[in-house]
Amino acid sequence: MGEHNIRNFTINFGPQHPAAHGVLRLVLELDGEVVERVDPHIGLLHRGTEKLIEYKTYVQANPYFDRLDYVAPLNQEHAYCMAVEKLLGIEIPRRAELIRVLYSEIGRLLSHLLNVTTQAMDVGALTPPLWGFEEREKLMIFYERISGSRMHANYFRPGGVNMDIQPELIDDIEAFCDPFLRVLDDLDTLVIGNRIFKQRNVDIGVLTLDDCWKWGFSGPIVRSCGVAWDLRKSQPYSLYEEMEFDIPVGKNGDNYDRQVIRMEEMRQSVRIMRQCLDKLRAPDGQGPVTTLDGKVAPPSRKDMKRSMEALIHHFKLYTEGFHVPAGEVYVAVEAPKGEFGVYLVSDGTNKPYRCKVRAPGFAHLQGMDFMCRGHMLADVAGVLGSIDIVFGEVDR
Amino acid sequence: MSADLQSLSDHIASSLGEAVENRAIAFDELTIMARREDIVRVATFLRDDPQCRFVCFIDICGADYPARENRFDVVYHFLAPHHNRRIRVKVETDEVTPVPSLVGLWPAANWFERETYDLYGILFSGHPDLRRILTDYGFEGHPLRKDFPMTGYVEVRYDDGQGRVVYEPVKLNQEFRNFDFLSPWEGTDYVLPGDEKAKA
Repeated sequence: MGEHNIRNFTINFGPQHPAAHGVLRLVLELDGEVVERVDPHIGLLHRGTEKLIEYKTYVQANPYFDRLDYVAPLNQEHAYCMAVEKLLGIEIPRRAELIRVLYSEIGRLLSHLLNVTTQAMDVGALTPPLWGFEEREKLMIFYERISGSRMHANYFRPGGVNMDIQPELIDDIEAFCDPFLRVLDDLDTLVIGNRIFKQRNVDIGVLTLDDCWKWGFSGPIVRSCGVAWDLRKSQPYSLYEEMEFDIPVGKNGDNYDRQVIRMEEMRQSVRIMRQCLDKLRAPDGQGPVTTLDGKVAPPSRKDMKRSMEALIHHFKLYTEGFHVPAGEVYVAVEAPKGEFGVYLVSDGTNKPYRCKVRAPGFAHLQGMDFMCRGHMLADVAGVLGSIDIVFGEVDR
Repeated sequence: MSADLQSLSDHIASSLGEAVENRAIAFDELTIMARREDIVRVATFLRDDPQCRFVCFIDICGADYPARENRFDVVYHFLAPHHNRRIRVKVETDEVTPVPSLVGLWPAANWFERETYDLYGILFSGHPDLRRILTDYGFEGHPLRKDFPMTGYVEVRYDDGQGRVVYEPVKLNQEFRNFDFLSPWEGTDYVLPGDEKAKA
């Protein structure tokens, strides 16, 4: 057979494929089993979030952030609320910050549990997702107990959080921590230590630090290349400055390192959660959970039942909303998947003029082509799993 | 922090000369307004200069200000992990004038510029593959422009007879209502007759 008879083979991967983690269509160009080119077609879950936000008041725009990366909803609300607060120039009470940190870390657990265990599924082990989901279920109950909703919490609000945390819930989250660490140890032995898991992940999708910066990667992917870049430490926001935790870093920048880092980050998250719980019980952790600035925060439910003015106040805040001074800010948080940023432009009215969501997954998915070239077809699913894609945030 | 940003801002402005049209520091964030033709030079400087080292690509997005002559802003965000600083660069453009692409500097710019093109119709010259990215195959219009209606123009449904998804003009049972909440009760700047006596 002459040279001219050999042609590359193009296949479609997805949009409905269990390893696609959602609705991703990959057009793969193959030379035998070696991947020559990957062209991800995204946008199948595009809902026009940014357009919708421009037509909503600042408070009404908040729930859209739950629906971006829907496995860690509150981390994104955190970014949005901080952006609004920065424009408004308000400080929020300590107790609200503590609850935000606590629930952001729960969000990190939710995301990493899903990612690590489904990565095991992508490379052939079917049961780990079930163990992961068992723990996720407990965490989602904590979400439900604080916000009434298992996933789409809409709990962080510009100015604080919606409701105070109950002492029983603090106790229950504390009771969750120790058994969870034992589950993590089990997962470590069963998944991370597994021979097949190592065979499929070690030295696959190797990145250098330079590549990471160039491609706009963040989060565990950057850390897998050996740099301790974590916005919680390097540009501390909320109360992360006073929390004690370590940043795990990798050495090889491959799929395996990324998953090991996520496992360790979960342990560190539990450490942060414990500190939050202690601080929530301490005397200086008491107090209000929303700012006392009546221009931003609604009056209490109790006042509304008795006071006409409070009722009018509430009505104004939930119809017209508050006005935000003109300006533009970019606020980023360390979401479980990487740097989640909100670029918010205000024109001085009660609605955002422009709200750009900088999703880590968008940049990571773009790197698929670069990371998969020269790998075998079977590794595509492994690389896709290791960059932790959720289509809610990629497509927006 | 802001003194640090101020010196960085001065450094950038003195090194790049007239490529920097304006600069501002607000909310502890540095914004550089750059000349459109020079954006590649500005970005290269920001990436390679030892005092800047904005090597990490963060974001490119558009913003629409229909009242202006150059209605679009292209907003770039970069991060300097070594100095732990962020910067925002803005250039202005209109519907037909292309902005030089940054794909040569940061490969990550590729998708972000595609997205900006898709949502705003801003053109990028020198981009290798300026296709739509987020909207549907065969979508018409640029949805994030301020003159694009929020409800869009078409809706889709599965047609049993034809056995495929069909596109139809959007039908709303109720018009989309956009309430104007700008309250006339706040910040009146006129003086009611007789009020001037109260002050005197």
